[in-house]
Amino acid sequence: MSTQTEPPEQTDDETESTPEAEPEPEPRSPGQRRRDEKAARAAERDREAAEAEPDLGDDAITLKVFRYDPEVEGKTEPRFDTFQIPFTKGMTVLDALIEARDTYDSSLTFRHSCRQAVCGSDALFINGRQRLGCQTQVADLDSDVVRVEPLPHQDVVKDLVVDMEHFYDQMEAVEPYFQTDETPDGELEEQFQTPENREEIKMSTRCIWCGACMSSCNIAADDNAYLGPAAINKAYRFAMDEREGENMKEHRMELIEQENGVWRCQTQFSCTNVCPKDIPLTEHIQELKREAVKSNLKFW
Amino acid sequence: MSQSYDRGTVEDFGRWRSFTAGMWAWLFHKFTGWVLIGYLFTHIAVLSTAITGEAAYNNTIVGLESLAIVRLLEVGLLAVAVFHILNGVRLLFIDLGKGLEAQEESFYASLVITGAITIASVPTFVSGVF
Repeated sequence: MSTQTEPPEQTDDETESTPEAEPEPEPRSPGQRRRDEKAARAAERDREAAEAEPDLGDDAITLKVFRYDPEVEGKTEPRFDTFQIPFTKGMTVLDALIEARDTYDSSLTFRHSCRQAVCGSDALFINGRQRLGCQTQVADLDSDVVRVEPLPHQDVVKDLVVDMEHFYDQMEAVEPYFQTDETPDGELEEQFQTPENREEIKMSTRCIWCGACMSSCNIAADDNAYLGPAAINKAYRFAMDEREGENMKEHRMELIEQENGVWRCQTQFSCTNVCPKDIPLTEHIQELKREAVKSNLKFW
Repeated sequence: MSQSYDRGTVEDFGRWRSFTAGMWAWLFHKFTGWVLIGYLFTHIAVLSTAITGEAAYNNTIVGLESLAIVRLLEVGLLAVAVFHILNGVRLLFIDLGKGLEAQEESFYASLVITGAITIASVPTFVSGVF
């Protein structure tokens, strides 16, 4: 069809262009013409600049953030908001979130405090995995699109903030504090720990209560009664501490060898994979399982 | 936790793409375990035909083995059994606290060995029926 109509169009153009060319040679100075062209070019530039998005550099990242606010009508339906964030060297996901909040939307809500993977308040679901926002370099994500969601399997309070109450309940359930009935005789005598015993519990002491492991655990998601990896790790930290003594260890083993204690773990290694402090959680749970068997099996 | 709040598109089934090796190992182990339990019942049912006599048993076995689909299912059964055995050994070592740092590699090794044994078994299982 187009091939049939093309030839007549070309002749139309030629006939039209000839009468247009006639009024052109009006008496105009070359300077006037250059000024007109310059003004036209400037107007064109302004128009283009107004239409285009602000210049964020070549390596701007796209931040997709989960949004949800039960208290504001129209925000009660979970959705994703997209922010364009200029990339700076060493930028973490938390930095990007702060940039988005400070530049675009001050209602964007998330927890953060120390920004150095110590406080454990910014565990988020980043690109399909539980990570600490402050510890995750945007450059390490090998994707320009950063998808940030609240921790799965926990109730969302608002945007990226989840309800940690259940997690804290489970942590409290294992009595996460040093307690012993075997204090030394002297008033000022210290309770020594062997270097070997310290090594044994070293990794388990690193827990920052961020809740990433609990969120990643399939079993904990399905069963609220299960203590979860973090609580069991905390129990490990004290049960394996020789300074607490035999009686206290027995008491702790009673807590963790329950049906919803160590035996719920099915060694999926999800918690170990996501732990931001590299705690070998599955290893600790397995060791407690062996301890539980040893304390209950009697062959004599 | 997850059952109390519907997070819409966030917690959908598409998460399987981000499963790690340990999760796949767990899933496959569950699946193969259930298949083996199912096979156990059919196995007992077929062997039970011997109660009614020698001929009935022979007829059942010969009849089943002449079907191409049964031969193919046997290849699948071998794959399922071999994976379950190998991953079971892997889980034993995990329970003993040995080699937990190699849990991903041992899962991949189980898969590779399962694949190799299965492929090697194909000529034996399907000979004479196709």
